[in-house]
Amino acid sequence: MKHTRAFQKIYTRLSEITKATCTLTAHNVGYEEMAIVDGRPAQVVKINGSKITLQIFPGTEGIATNSEVIFLGKPPVLKVSEDLTGRFFNAYGEPIDNGPEIEGEEVAIGGPSLNPVRRKQPSELIATGIAGIDLNNTIVTGQKIPFFADPNQPYNEVMAEVALRADANKIILGGMGLSNDDYLFFKNKFTHAGALDKIISFINRTDNPPVERLLVPDMACTAAEYFAYHKHEKVLVLLTDMTLYADALAIVSNKMDQIPSKDSMPGSLYSDLAKIYEKAAQFPDGGSITIIAVTTLNEGDITHAIPDNTGYITEGQLFLRRDTDIGKVIIDPFRSLSRLKQIVQGKKTREDHPQVMNAGVRLYADAMNARTKRENGFDLSEYDERCLKYALDYSRKLLAIDVNIGTDEMLDTAWGLFRKYFKAHEVGIKESLIKKYWSGDLQKEEELDFIESEADFE
Amino acid sequence: MTRGKITAIISNLITIEVDGPVGQNEICYILHDEVRLMSEVIKVRGKSAYAQVFESTRGIRVGDKVEFTGEMLEITLGPGLLSKNYDGLQNNLDDLENIFLQRGIYAPAIDPEKIYEFTPMANKGDLVRGGDWLGVVKENWIEHKIMVPFKVHDLVKLVWIAEKGEYKVKDIIAKVENEDKEVIGISMMQKWPVKVPVTNYKNKPRPFKLLQTGVRAMDTLNPMTEGGTGFIPGPFGAGKTVLQHAISKNADADLIVLTACGERANEVVEIFTEFPELVDLRTGRKLQERTTIVCNTSNMPVAAREASVYVGMTIAEYYRSMGLKVLLLADSTSRWAQALREMSNRMEELPGPDAFPMDLSAIIANFYSRAGYVELFNGKTGSVTFIGTVSPAGGNLKEPVTESTQKVARCFYALAQKRADAKRYPAIEPLDSYSKYLEYEEFSKFADENIEKRWVDTVSKAKDILRKGIETYEQINILGDDAVPIEYHVRLWKSELIDAIILQQDAFDEIDQNTPVERQQYMLKKVLEICDMDFEFEDFEEVSTFFKQLINHFKQMNYTGFHSEEFKKYEEEIGNIIQQTAV
Repeated sequence: MKHTRAFQKIYTRLSEITKATCTLTAHNVGYEEMAIVDGRPAQVVKINGSKITLQIFPGTEGIATNSEVIFLGKPPVLKVSEDLTGRFFNAYGEPIDNGPEIEGEEVAIGGPSLNPVRRKQPSELIATGIAGIDLNNTIVTGQKIPFFADPNQPYNEVMAEVALRADANKIILGGMGLSNDDYLFFKNKFTHAGALDKIISFINRTDNPPVERLLVPDMACTAAEYFAYHKHEKVLVLLTDMTLYADALAIVSNKMDQIPSKDSMPGSLYSDLAKIYEKAAQFPDGGSITIIAVTTLNEGDITHAIPDNTGYITEGQLFLRRDTDIGKVIIDPFRSLSRLKQIVQGKKTREDHPQVMNAGVRLYADAMNARTKRENGFDLSEYDERCLKYALDYSRKLLAIDVNIGTDEMLDTAWGLFRKYFKAHEVGIKESLIKKYWSGDLQKEEELDFIESEADFE
Repeated sequence: MTRGKITAIISNLITIEVDGPVGQNEICYILHDEVRLMSEVIKVRGKSAYAQVFESTRGIRVGDKVEFTGEMLEITLGPGLLSKNYDGLQNNLDDLENIFLQRGIYAPAIDPEKIYEFTPMANKGDLVRGGDWLGVVKENWIEHKIMVPFKVHDLVKLVWIAEKGEYKVKDIIAKVENEDKEVIGISMMQKWPVKVPVTNYKNKPRPFKLLQTGVRAMDTLNPMTEGGTGFIPGPFGAGKTVLQHAISKNADADLIVLTACGERANEVVEIFTEFPELVDLRTGRKLQERTTIVCNTSNMPVAAREASVYVGMTIAEYYRSMGLKVLLLADSTSRWAQALREMSNRMEELPGPDAFPMDLSAIIANFYSRAGYVELFNGKTGSVTFIGTVSPAGGNLKEPVTESTQKVARCFYALAQKRADAKRYPAIEPLDSYSKYLEYEEFSKFADENIEKRWVDTVSKAKDILRKGIETYEQINILGDDAVPIEYHVRLWKSELIDAIILQQDAFDEIDQNTPVERQQYMLKKVLEICDMDFEFEDFEEVSTFFKQLINHFKQMNYTGFHSEEFKKYEEEIGNIIQQTAV
């Protein structure tokens, strides 16, 4: 980093060095101020009298007690302007794509939070074409929702796909501990889609120091606030992988001798994560920030402190699961949840959406019960058999992540499956909707009579 | 006043070298670049005071000056608190103009210039003490009593009281004279330190009156009382917030204080958007008119999160002193405990279980004990009912916040993931949950007189049927449908009937979302009548067909107006179905 200015005082006496921090005596230093230690960016994390503790983002390897320390007199900042668009940056907001430096207003990252009474209720649907999301777990602008996925699942691919299909003005990618291969994947994917003109990336790769990751979400959110609040744009922020971010938090807190709470995570994990996720918002004058993140799990364990705290903060979660029956990755309809879906389902989408969604999942649940029954050696009823067949089709045509159709088409597909495998009274959908959507031409007269005599619609 | 200088900073904990006396929990202000940042002293050692800053500490330097106020964290009480949206320090969020919360900018809680029509209730010459009613003003539709400030502990003589007329909130409306012949002016507003309970009442008997929430799984099976305490633990996605919202919409309370403590901002926005629209079914007025919201969302400064629950409680106690039924809801108390943990951690205190502070259970116990049903000195009664949610890490109830809360709260509403997954809402697990009030003789007597004779016995009978149902379900699962006697299936389905009709409730249906207690009593009796009957079936499939049919008809009853034509029609059909099958 090139921040040295002639008049700045240079300190050269470090009294303490750990793997992530160093301590020295200095005066007139502000809390959270940035500094340069032996050419490496650092930030003030503790002040005790004249003893200043700095976290050194690239790590302390080779730092000596006589290394040069310069304080910059300001917190970490990002220069914001339209120039950010289409560019790739590192965790400090410096270009890594050989392009020119950014000209723009300098904004401190991790700024103040939004006054809750000034927020608007999220209400605009984000269409992704993936039925596991649009049909069963509809996402809206201003929402924050992570993918919960095991490391071997194609979460980055799904996320890139979602981002490109979503109707957003800007897509901001915050990559934390991204492998070089994944970095190149995103870069190629965005370039080939011709979407570079709306993409901004802040990347910390696995070959970069882990502590640097701590800056990435704030950088991404600061850029997002610029476009969403000042330019009234619809911004989609992608954060991958938040588990690695939390790991970096744990490293620093450990080096600062803080007492760990559950799963060796710092006691402030909830607040730390909330500060990032709560940047998602619907602004009053049209702009919005939607955050889609990735939290990798350890063998699907959601009780670990990271997914657990995340679940309490975000508005739902999307689970990826490999369906071995159809050999594809699906969005698990049971464990996935979008808490804001009812704001748009049946209101911004077709009236039958909520009921069709529930019926589809309920019948899939019946199929899973039938499967358990079969595995336990019990006899299957004729209904069970039909459920199982339905489940295969449902999984293939609607849950699989390679589906790409409009919401109306998803609903029609679901009706088609209901019709194929069930009788109208078995799907448990309101009578008025059945009459309208249970396809007129295929309907036999007596079947209709049967429906009307059947009173048990909830 | 004492002054000081900052000597150390770590996150939102600062150390201050002071030049004079300083008190625990005293409020001080950091003077930094033109702004004053509010902080609270949480530890003193020698000349060093440790304070938690209620704002971001970015840029603060060693040497920054600090001014002490000599006061603990106090809030302003008076007409104008209702329908407001406050932050955790009682700043009026609607008055903060900037879209982002700028640190160091505070907005007064009530408008001292606002004019109210004051009607005196006390007379010149009366001996009065803190909490006694001097007069009344109309706030929304509530009779807002203007009281002698709570800080007046001894009996004082009322030497002057304003005549009926219009006054500003800040105007002096009464004067009292104390033993030292000092005359003190009283306005409509007063201040009170939030961490000190308001105790201006004669006594606090055991709660006994049912507090209707309209939620059957609570009112019928595990009732909450006026002045009672309860908590709702549950993993994420189990429906804690939906349940709290349902309670706040339908509870039979005069007013509601909602404390959103470290939770999602969009959930608070939902309340902001819905409550001005939704109508309170009992009064026909907008829900917002009886609601005060204190919110510290999860991204707001963590120290103010702790303050927010106390601010909510103090506002609730203030209205209780006017003889009102107040319901205080806090979502979630775990976030508050986490805020305590963060501070304790920074002060390098030796940690208790899961790194929470050692005195966590004492702090929680203290807080819950501020709720209660009270008899005021003038013979009137008032209550603060408190229901908090708990967000146990990993959904595991064996963690310090849940355990500490369990020791003090009298009602426990366990939300079960299994019920939520099966879409059996509200996901209140009927048997793990409990209400200690069912064991109170006082409650039993109240229920006999106001609901039905031997009501408590009826409720425990319903619980027994549910319990047997669960046991039977397990047996059937192990042995298979065919291998158990048909009575097993009947037993299971009887409990399913109670589950479907009494426990499950549609929070989004206009009628079903709120069931008055007379209707609950009627339905429970009806359902239990069926449970008492003997039936004869050929095989187990006949059992499920029969009960599914019954459940469907009962459900339709739940969806129709009480004793309406349709309601009676379904009731009749149920009668017919039963006649065909009953022995």
